[in-house]
Amino acid sequence: MSQTERQLIQAVEQADTPQRLVQAVQALSQAQTQAAIPTLIAVLGYNNPGAALAAVDGLVQLGEVAVPPILQQLDGYNYGARAYATRALAAIADPRALEVLLQAAQFDFAPSVRRAACKGLGMLNWQQLAPETLLSAQTQACEALLTIAQDPDWAIRYAAVVGLQALALKSGSEIRTPIAQQLETLLKTEQDLSVRSRIQLASQQLHPPTVRA
Amino acid sequence: MSEPSLATDVAAPQLTVEQAIANLRHQDTSLRYYAAWWLGKFRIQDPTAVDALIQALSDEEDRTELGGYPLRRNAARALGKLGDPRAVPELIDCLTCSDFYVREAAAQSLGQLQDRRAITPLMHLLSGGVAANQQVPGRPHLTQPCEAVMESLGQLQATEAIALIQPFTDHPVERVRYAAARAMYQLTGEAFYAEKLIQALAGADLKLRRVALSDLGATGYLPAADAIAQAPVENSFKLLALKGILEYQVGQSSSGELTDATLRVMHLMDSLL
Repeated sequence: MSQTERQLIQAVEQADTPQRLVQAVQALSQAQTQAAIPTLIAVLGYNNPGAALAAVDGLVQLGEVAVPPILQQLDGYNYGARAYATRALAAIADPRALEVLLQAAQFDFAPSVRRAACKGLGMLNWQQLAPETLLSAQTQACEALLTIAQDPDWAIRYAAVVGLQALALKSGSEIRTPIAQQLETLLKTEQDLSVRSRIQLASQQLHPPTVRA
Repeated sequence: MSEPSLATDVAAPQLTVEQAIANLRHQDTSLRYYAAWWLGKFRIQDPTAVDALIQALSDEEDRTELGGYPLRRNAARALGKLGDPRAVPELIDCLTCSDFYVREAAAQSLGQLQDRRAITPLMHLLSGGVAANQQVPGRPHLTQPCEAVMESLGQLQATEAIALIQPFTDHPVERVRYAAARAMYQLTGEAFYAEKLIQALAGADLKLRRVALSDLGATGYLPAADAIAQAPVENSFKLLALKGILEYQVGQSSSGELTDATLRVMHLMDSLL
């Protein structure tokens, strides 16, 4: 670790006001160094939203190299930290996060974590998977999201629809066609006006209206 | 600290409708209290339930040490959710109950029931103006439930109350100012009042920022959408406020088609997941 890296990390550890913490985290994130990863992950649990957002930005910029440490350091006791980590995983979109996102989307007790995981499940860079596992992985994500789309919490259903739309747009017709059909079915029973609107939008994205000459 | 739930329903109910209605007269007053909450929570629109809840509005047995009426409070809250206009006269009577929280629950429910008979009695609670409605020493509330009253007058489109509500936009208590600004926007459509709420999103106190956020959601004021998405408040609260804006904007479009406005709000909501 270089002198500069050590100083940037120390500045985060020694920040004595919320504002200084945010500034120090921003500086560390901008340095774009792998040495920063454990510190950035720790910041997700400091209960300082400004600092956490800056740390998520830094982790997302670092990309795939940050995925294994984020997965290893997921905080089982702090749902705030878990929601930020899940948002970082969703934005990096590395399919090694699939199992964690599936678990979080279905079974986490914190709605913020579930919402972030639903969106993340749709956004993964599926082409990084081996061709022989691609379809079964996408099917798993699809089935989980379709079940979650019946959750009692409107915001979780909303997030599931966002995830389904993204997944369909990144999938072949084996996944895309059933999602489009299921969205039509969901629209018939959905009572919540916001979720209905989001289903309409997803359907439009999957069946772009034909342009008339 | 727990996360705010955005759920509108919870897991399977433990009671049956018949049990809940019967429990409203149970010897155990805690069972009455729970039954009244339950009937509202699960929106049991059975006329027998409505009758029993109306009766519960004059309960004398369930009392707190300070003389409050817990069962009446829950019955009043439940009746607002059940949408039966038969409850309106008794809820209006509750506006003069000695228990502040019964008055507050009744004021809220009368707004939800969308019955214009409530307007004059609601206005009466504001009649002393700001001077008569100050913080009660030692209690966490004003003399009258002004916030709930103004909220309901806004919902009821009570334009006759504008002159009465306007002075409350300068009330010393911040959340009362927000409630007044919210109602004034709903009643006049003047952007000035919604902009006041947007400015409040930059305030120092997180709890007050949440209140302003929720008031903005209720206004449906589209230019607030970006400010809501960027406010230093937890995403769960922002999603709920944007839901209010989205649904207001959906209501504005007669065709049911998605509009630029609704697409813009959904785009912001997606970014907060």
